[in-house]
Amino acid sequence: MTTEHRRAIVGDALALGLGTGVYAISFGALAVAAGLSAWQAQALSLLMFTGASQFALIAVVASGGSAAVAIATSTLVGTRNAFYAVAMAPILDARGPRRLLAAQATIDESTGMAARYEGDRSSARLAFWATAGAIYVLWNLGTLIGALGAGLIEDPNTFGLDAAAPAAFLALVWPRLTSWPMRAVAIVSLVLAVALSPFLGAGLPVLVAGAGGIVVGLALGARARES
Amino acid sequence: MWPTILIASGAAYALKLIGYVVPQRWLDTPTSRRVTALIPVALLSALIGIWTLVDGSTITIDARVPGVLAALVALLLRAPFLVVIVTAAAVTAIVRALGWLP
Repeated sequence: MTTEHRRAIVGDALALGLGTGVYAISFGALAVAAGLSAWQAQALSLLMFTGASQFALIAVVASGGSAAVAIATSTLVGTRNAFYAVAMAPILDARGPRRLLAAQATIDESTGMAARYEGDRSSARLAFWATAGAIYVLWNLGTLIGALGAGLIEDPNTFGLDAAAPAAFLALVWPRLTSWPMRAVAIVSLVLAVALSPFLGAGLPVLVAGAGGIVVGLALGARARES
Repeated sequence: MWPTILIASGAAYALKLIGYVVPQRWLDTPTSRRVTALIPVALLSALIGIWTLVDGSTITIDARVPGVLAALVALLLRAPFLVVIVTAAAVTAIVRALGWLP
């Protein structure tokens, strides 16, 4: 691997890290708006370190859902990481403590960046670790800035923060809506969740609607974009 | 709140680790792959609906709706992530400030 090639990989990792760092600012702010302390928001970014699950957890908490529903929702959203790990295991060939570290580093972005270097193991490894490292630092820094910043605002809704959350989710789902069956899954889940919310306790409509969306997706043969 | 955070974080870590520990063929079946691809889309879309149109247990149209619609337009125009979020927040804040919607 040439120095130039190595530098390009690290550069991409840093660029991606900056992007997610900005995203983390909104996470920190929304977590505090949802009722978490700045420390709790920070703990999620340090320990959970998987954005969509973190957002899902604070979303359920904000809507008044129970702890069990919050844990279930965030855990279900995180299941894809297990499959990323399956894909990364033979490439990283990590043993002992490195394997424990590799697990924490396994997220959408690090796996995605490594996947760009199929067949070039050393580049894939560098891309994985550089991306995970850059994102870990900047994701946590962004969370801190957002959490402390939101604490200074008296009513976050004055600034439309309550619309920033669903907008962030929409932006998160958007790249996955590449096929009509996938769009149908999104629409069915959304409508079902809203329709059920007057009848089921907070948080539950999300799980029931999510299950409904998955059934629809399987029936329609929805497929994810291969990553 | 702390137990929720720690249990959910532990579960998230366990999911990440399991892929490195168990043999590949146990987890990697076509059906499990398809379901896993659908889970984030289904759950996040459900949350979008709740966070846009529900307040407590009441379906409502308030200033969040134009904000999220503005975000949709921003995404269609291929705006970057931050622009999408700021657009949504700004439109909602303005609609609220003008008193058009609560």
